[in-house]
Order: sequence, then structure tokens, then C-alpha cells
Amino acid sequence: MKTSSGLLRAFMESTRDLLPIVIVVAFFQIAVLRQPFPELLDLLTGLFLVILGLTLFVQGLEMGLFPIGESMAYAFARKGSVSWLLAFAFLLGFGTTVAEPALIAVTKKAAQVAAEGGFIHHGEVAREGYADGLRYTVAFSVGLAIVIGVLRILRGWPLHYLIIGGYCGVVIMTLFAPPEIVGIAYDSGGVTTSTITVPLVTALGVGLASSIKGRNPMVDGFGLIAFASLMPMIFVMIYGAII
Amino acid sequence: MHELGRYLLDSFLGTLTDVLPIVLVILCFQLLVIRRRIPNLRRTVLGFVYVIIGLSLFLVGLEEALFPLGEAMAKQLTDPAFIYAGIEAIGGAVRWQDYYWIYLFAAAIGFATTVAEPSLIAVAIKANEVSGGVIRPWGLRTAVALGVAFGIALGTYRIVTGTPLQYYIIAGYVLVLVQTIFAPRMIIALAYDSGGVTTSTVTVPLVTALGLGLASTIPGRSVLVDGFGLIAFASLFPMITVMGYAQLSEWQARRGHKSENP
Repeated sequence: MKTSSGLLRAFMESTRDLLPIVIVVAFFQIAVLRQPFPELLDLLTGLFLVILGLTLFVQGLEMGLFPIGESMAYAFARKGSVSWLLAFAFLLGFGTTVAEPALIAVTKKAAQVAAEGGFIHHGEVAREGYADGLRYTVAFSVGLAIVIGVLRILRGWPLHYLIIGGYCGVVIMTLFAPPEIVGIAYDSGGVTTSTITVPLVTALGVGLASSIKGRNPMVDGFGLIAFASLMPMIFVMIYGAII
Repeated sequence: MHELGRYLLDSFLGTLTDVLPIVLVILCFQLLVIRRRIPNLRRTVLGFVYVIIGLSLFLVGLEEALFPLGEAMAKQLTDPAFIYAGIEAIGGAVRWQDYYWIYLFAAAIGFATTVAEPSLIAVAIKANEVSGGVIRPWGLRTAVALGVAFGIALGTYRIVTGTPLQYYIIAGYVLVLVQTIFAPRMIIALAYDSGGVTTSTVTVPLVTALGLGLASTIPGRSVLVDGFGLIAFASLFPMITVMGYAQLSEWQARRGHKSENP
């Protein structure tokens, strides 16, 4: 257990992390836009909550998310069952993405674009169907991405060949996808990786790489997130090109 | 204050539904496949509780304080009245240089929000642990934040000039590929990962507001087509700066080594 001085230090660190935002916002508000701060008290309360929240999150990260990710990686490695591990990897990617609020927002915007571009009918039902289809496509692609990433760690495939292959996929799909969807497709890579998924998936990768002989956790352990942000781009463009 | 309480509850429930699928997947596999007690069960559960409460507070604070202000700022800075105020006096046409405050704001807000991004903090902690302290958390985060700052500034320039997004992204990919050949092998996976983690809770809403505001202000830009793409810039450039940072420190180490043994 951390002592109170440890907590205080963590709190100070979070304050330092938030400081740049405060400086930037204050500078632009005062020096460039030349306006007073609206509702200063609310602002300070909000800032305090952000700092407190970040402190708790980082504590919980080291107590809960990292250990569970690693212990599961070790358990799977000891069990030696590749198919269960891959099933877990897929569900972790799919399950954490399908309900992601940022993704839901993006798919709604995409349906709007598609309706305006005339790919689907204007209308609530058509738009919702399009948005849901897109959401499941992205969630599936993230699940698949984690599966491929885990397989790479198990087999020791070099990461850069896979990533370069993925980029070629993105470039090729860019040529075929309707131009209206390209911006959203590129953005969808960034929004899929949520704050809770990232630590878990990172711990899983590092745990796997350190429990398998001949793998270096630094070289092989990272890279899962990279797949999870690459795959959705390709799949969203495929989805846009087909429908 | 009453409203704050409702916000807190909403955010707490939202985070809970976010975490629930993950907890279910973990529990299922732990009970049915691994069939072993979770080590330090109480500590782990407490950690999850901390994560959920911490994230809810974090989001409420952002929505209470920073997002409204940041979004209002993005709107004001992209307001024609603000941009064209100085130009009409001279009587010239608007050039891309006239948007300098926007580029500066884009870079500054990109840097600042990335430094505060919780998932980047998580990856930085892990990288420091795995590398045995060689990769300093603060150094990695600064490198990533610089990449995001440059990426978003360039992204706003693209919206202003209206050049196609694909050219920038493909050119960025080519640079990443070239760097992959020359960068130290140790950093490559981490650099690729840092592209994906930069854009989550803090960065996305503010950057999206900036992109949409800018695209709706500039004549001839479509909000839906040109407003997107900033996130893509924000996930591409950190890869370049993180590999660049590693190349630079390797080069410095080599040079220092040479001067020691002439």
C-alpha cells in the first residue's frame, strides 16, 4: 500500500501533467482572445476533479490493470493453449471496442456523410443500419488486430513487415474507397483504443513476450496497439467501398 | 453543485458500462479456462475500483472545465471576425499565413492534451519498466507530444489550403518506413504503439472541435469531408518523432563514445 506521502507525490505528478493545458488555455484566453475567464470557480473545480481522477487512475493502473493483464498472459503461456489465448485476444479487442462512446460518435458522423454522398437512403433506419454495421466492422477489425498481434508475439514475426503490409493495405484501399469516407476511416484508427484497453493490451503483450523463451519484451511486447489502430482504417474503407 | 452530482453519476455509469465487457471477458476466462485464483485479488479489485472512479472524475472534470472552454476557444479563433479583423484593414486577400494563430493554437493544444493523456501515461510507465529505466517516461511523452503538436498544426494547414489528406498521410507513411529501416530495433514497436495511444479521452474532443470549426469557417471547405483527418495526423507524427528521438539519442551516444576513445 502506498503511504500518504506517495499519494501526495502522485497528486503532484498529475498536477504537473495538467499544467501545460492550463498554461495554453490561459495564454490564449488572456493574451490572444483578450477575454476574462467565464465561471472561474467551475473551472477550478473541474480542474481539481481532473487532477484527482488522473491520480486515482494511475494508482489503479499499477494495482489492477497491469497485474491482471500480465498474470493472464503468464497463465495462458503456462497452459500452452493457443486457441484459448486467441479467443481471449479477440474478445478483448471486440468487447472493448463495440461499446466505445467515441466510436459510436464517429459511426454516426460517417452515416451522415454516406447519406449526404448518396450511398444510402436519407432516413433514420438506413442511417442507423449503416452506423451499426460500421461499428461492428470496426470492433471485429480490432479483435482481429489483437489476434494477429498476439500470433506475431507467439511466432516471433518481425513487426515492421506486418505494419508495412498494413500500410500498403491502407494505401490501396484509399484508391478504391469513396473519397468521402477516407477522412473518417483514417480517424477511426485513432478512436478505437480506449483508456482502459491500452494498459490491459500493453500488459498482455509485454507479459506474453516475457514469458515466452526467445522473445524480448521490448522488441516483441509492444505493437498490439499499432495493429489495433491500423486494422480499422482498412476495414472502414472496405466497408465504405462495398456499401 | 447539484448538476455536478448528476454529471458525476452519469460519468460513473458511463465508465462502468465501458469497463463491464472487459471485466466479463476477464472473469469468464479466469473462471472457465485458466481456473486459477487471481493473485492479490483484493488489491486487483481495488485497483479496478480506483480506475473506474478516477476515470469518471477525470471525464467529469474535463467536461465541466476544459472542453467547454477549449471548444469555445476553437470557435472564436476560427471565427471570420477574428481572423479577418487585421486583414480587411490592409485590404488584401486572405492567404494561408493569416491563420497563424490557429496553427499556433493547434500545436499548443495538441502538445498539452497529449501530455495529460492517461493511456500514454500508462504506456510510458510500462516502457520505462520493460526497458529497465533506459526509456524515461517524461522523455517518451515529450517526444510523442511534439509529434502530435506538429501533426495537428500541419493538419490545420491542410484544412486551410484544402489539399488532399491522402498525400500527407501517404508521405508520412513513406517517412515512417524509411525511419523503420534506420531506427534502433528496440524502439520500433513502441514507436508504432505511440501513434495509437495519443488520441483518446483528452485530445480527440478538442481536436475534433478545432477541425470542424475550421472547416465550417473557411469558404469552399465541407465540414464533413475536410473536418475529419486531424486525428490521423495526430496518430501518424508521434511515430516519426519517437523514432527520431531514439535515432538522435543513439547518434549522440555514438558521438560521445567516439570522442572518449579517439
